Amino acid sequence: MARHRNVRNRSYSDDYDYDDLYGHSVEDESCLSPSDTEQWMYDRSRNQQAISAFLDSQNDIQEEAEDEVYDASHPGLERRDSVGLRSLNLSEDEEARLMSCLDELRNVLGDSVPDNVLIQSVINHKFDFNKALDEILNNKQSKDCDRPKEEPVKPLPTVHIEAAKDLVSTTSKAPIVISTNLEPKAKGVVKGFKVSSSDGSSSSSQTPRDQSPIAERGSTPKPDDDTRIVKVKESKVDPKKQYTDERGSEKDHLYIVVIGHVDAGKSTLMGRILCDLGEVSQRTLHKYEQESKKIGKQSFMYAWVLDETGEERVRGITMDVGRAQFETKTKKVIILDAPGHADFIPNMITGAGQADVALLVVDATTGEFESGFELGGQTREHALLVRSLGVNQLAVAVNKLDTTNWSQERFNEITKKLKAFLKQAGFKDSDVTFVPCSGLTGENLIKPPSESELLKWYNGPCLLDVIDNFNVPERPVSKPLRMSINDVFKGTGSGFCVAGRIENGILNKGDKVLVCPTKEMAEVRGLSINDMSSNVAFAGDQVSVTLSGVDIQNVSVGYILSDPVQQVPVTTRFEARLVVFNVKVPITKGFPVLIHHQSLVESANIVKLKALLNKSTGELVKKKPRCLGNNSVAVVDIEVCRPICVERYKDVKELGRVMLRVSGVTIAAGLVTDIYNT
Amino acid sequence: MKLVHKNIEKDGCGSISLIPEESEDMWHAYNLIAEGDAVTASTVRKVQTESSTGSSTSNRVRTTLTIRVETIDFDTQACVLRLKGRNIVENQYVKMGAYHTLDLELNRKFILQKILWDSVALERVDMACDPAQNADVAAVVMQEGLAHICLITPSMTLVRSKIDMTIPRKRKGFTQQHEKGLNKFYDAVMQGILRHVEFSVVKCVIIASPGFVKDQFFEYMMQQAVKTDNKLLIDNKSKFLLVKASSGFKHSLKEVLQEPAVITKISDTKAASEVKLLESFYTMLQLEPAKAFYGKKHVEKANEAMAIEILMISDKLFRCQDVLKRKEYVTLVDSVRENGGDVRIFSSMHVSGEQLDQLTGIAAILRFPMPELEDSDAEDNSDVDSDSD
Ligand SMILES: Nc1nc2c(ncn2[C@@H]2O[C@H](COP(=O)(O)OP(=O)(O)OP(=O)(O)O)[C@@H](O)[C@H]2O)c(=O)[nH]1
Ligand SMILES: [Mg+2]
Repeated sequence: MARHRNVRNRSYSDDYDYDDLYGHSVEDESCLSPSDTEQWMYDRSRNQQAISAFLDSQNDIQEEAEDEVYDASHPGLERRDSVGLRSLNLSEDEEARLMSCLDELRNVLGDSVPDNVLIQSVINHKFDFNKALDEILNNKQSKDCDRPKEEPVKPLPTVHIEAAKDLVSTTSKAPIVISTNLEPKAKGVVKGFKVSSSDGSSSSSQTPRDQSPIAERGSTPKPDDDTRIVKVKESKVDPKKQYTDERGSEKDHLYIVVIGHVDAGKSTLMGRILCDLGEVSQRTLHKYEQESKKIGKQSFMYAWVLDETGEERVRGITMDVGRAQFETKTKKVIILDAPGHADFIPNMITGAGQADVALLVVDATTGEFESGFELGGQTREHALLVRSLGVNQLAVAVNKLDTTNWSQERFNEITKKLKAFLKQAGFKDSDVTFVPCSGLTGENLIKPPSESELLKWYNGPCLLDVIDNFNVPERPVSKPLRMSINDVFKGTGSGFCVAGRIENGILNKGDKVLVCPTKEMAEVRGLSINDMSSNVAFAGDQVSVTLSGVDIQNVSVGYILSDPVQQVPVTTRFEARLVVFNVKVPITKGFPVLIHHQSLVESANIVKLKALLNKSTGELVKKKPRCLGNNSVAVVDIEVCRPICVERYKDVKELGRVMLRVSGVTIAAGLVTDIYNT
Repeated sequence: MKLVHKNIEKDGCGSISLIPEESEDMWHAYNLIAEGDAVTASTVRKVQTESSTGSSTSNRVRTTLTIRVETIDFDTQACVLRLKGRNIVENQYVKMGAYHTLDLELNRKFILQKILWDSVALERVDMACDPAQNADVAAVVMQEGLAHICLITPSMTLVRSKIDMTIPRKRKGFTQQHEKGLNKFYDAVMQGILRHVEFSVVKCVIIASPGFVKDQFFEYMMQQAVKTDNKLLIDNKSKFLLVKASSGFKHSLKEVLQEPAVITKISDTKAASEVKLLESFYTMLQLEPAKAFYGKKHVEKANEAMAIEILMISDKLFRCQDVLKRKEYVTLVDSVRENGGDVRIFSSMHVSGEQLDQLTGIAAILRFPMPELEDSDAEDNSDVDSDSD
């Protein structure tokens, strides 16, 4: 703290150079006319670039910022001076308007265009910012076109999307301009969200007294709702047709998340299946065997197929979702091996968000099933989560039955308990299949059982057949593109990659996409599905996309790639219908939670309890309840700390679901019913 | 804060002079000073002098001014309190009625005159001047890719630095990128700690996270410390305390402050006791909802029935500009105390205070159930809403 004290003391008593803002009376200023002061006074809103450039590089504390901010403002002032406005003979009023236009233009264009060009076009267009901008951009483009090939999508300004037309209209030759008003993107790297700097001259950290300073800090500025020049895309082919053309002959892709309590044997089970199906070479397996033996973890040799990081192997637990694939008779199956440990539920949610169906693994060993199934065990929480995330087909692997000598009694006991619970959780009986097996011995995984004890009482399908029998959900390929990002990494070639699942629509190589909530345009340079490069990907696919036109720093996990025309809504506040789980304490208004939305985790607050509903009929029980208890259903308003992309559940199911967690426990699941403009 | 002088009449009018000694004291001053109060403090003023030749020079002079406060601004990060108002005492440099902005400065006396020093204000003076209230704790809550470095003082929780990075996930055959990203993140957190944690001041540095992040990070940091021969970290190794938290978001500080290991180390700090108290309110709401109420109307009714055992109220409510409203809250506090209830004024700068603020700023645990209050919800709710919207 002393550090701050020093800084403050120095800047306040010694350098009193910027005391225009405080420390002396209004009267003192009488020698300056307003327009003069305007030129000389520091004005935050004028110099967005300087400020944001600073904030970007160091988004932590504010007060050290101040000194630098003031410094940074000088180049801006000089630049303004050098323009030589005097020679233009403008009236005071005109000068002020010119200044504000120039500021806006610079925000958009950065320093790429000389000031005299800017001034000229502003004056030509009678201080109309939009027209001036159009003119400058058009000039610039024509110049750009002459030049030999440059990077196709520069940090902005205009983005062209190839010639275009709607399905209906046929003759629109002229591109349809949707809107201008661009956002400053020439500035440095923006991580997360733009920091608004339009708060005039007062320090943004000041707070009216009756307001808690903290509340102010928590709320980040809203994103500018800027739209940009986008020429509507020519839809080449009917998406449905493209889908059947591309995929018709292939096996269906099925994404399956493997869930269950820690140490239930999920990774081992998957590793074993992969080995038995020949997806893992003998050599690799031998290596795993030797190496796991060395650190005394030989029982984890199959798990190592999926647990790849050093940390996971040493500790013998899965920490992040592992991925692998294999084929069954009719399907190409991509497995997502979720971590079972309670601390890694955020990762498990990410995995489950990408899955079509789930495989729940339970440990049949005496006492182990019980500990996973009791309150707070992950068997419960995982099952509730996947159900709330939209998974409705479930296979249950009653695993490690080798430890009970394949006891039918044990199998029945577990099945009975789970059936009751799963029904309550919202799974239909007919959508749940139970399979007895052992991951370690490989019993009943890809072949019918050979174990005589098991044969005595079981004649159902093996696990692989159960997986093969899952129904593949319909893929919403003709809806506007939505892809949720769950990973950002450097690719092998140029640019960088984002990985995620396409929830809706189609993504082609070469497409322009809007990165939301920051609303930056990017171009798809490459696509790969399950590590195979491809020219097109469809709803339901897990893809890696190589992007250009945006900086890797400006893209985060939880962002959405959206159709540039039919954009995903961005908001900080929405209404949701909650189903409250078993909670230790009731939910009240003001309850701070973490919301999980696809791969995004953000802190949020339940700001309003609007109505309590009847659990089964959905009828209104009580308006504005005081609190929400166990297993209640209610309509609430949720406010998020930063703008996020959500959809109403009825529009896009996958993006209309949220999970609420507090202190590491899932307290409720919600469906977005309304989105407020913020 | 040092109390220099106190002169309060029977009718509650009077003045107190105080010397703020640390930045925390600015927070107390912020809570004490209200619009309409008179504040006398030393300040720097720019003075224009015109010489006989007609050229004017401007000088800075230090002078003492008294202003009638009109606006109050508090910069939470820098702990700077800025008061603006008209000059009310004749001064050599400044005319009567001229506006001036005072920045309260550390180690410089200021005099505060109020027409009414109510019980809440006087309590604040006592609290500010209590030397026993001193224990700063640094806490880092983190998860992979997100960390908050916080400083917890008796009445404030300040986020000194937030580190938010995207770390590539593990992917088949590419585990190095994940590990590299993780190390970069740990390095940023370590630099943040070195920059923002004053080891000579803080009692301990809590590192909290889910999973093994905290252990991994601590190991990394100590390894780096040895590698770079960083004496500061090596010497202070014993000050670090590793505990569990469910996430790297600021709010998980609430869990941290309830960890037994932390409680024994920091004893009964305001931050921790407020977390506990609010928790007990929620527990009561779960077990006996008719004994836990929030919102002004409900709480006032409970008070009328002399039912309040513990009243929790956010200091934000006493900062409201409306004098009458403040008076109502002070009256409520006084009356609860008269009836033998316990009153706890939460700091809106702590995590639990933040939550209480969202929960209308006022909540009470009752001695006996008042189910009739629950039924009066309908009429009450309009009020609950207007409190917050
Ligand atoms: N006896 C027996 N042991 C098994 C079986 N399957 C797994 N195990 C053992 O259970 C332990 C945990 O296995 P993992 O595959 O790592 O469990 P997991 O569910 O992936 O654990 P997390 O990912 O950490 O949640 C290992 O020691 C395995 O050898 C089985 O079918 N029978
Ligand atoms: Mg595992």
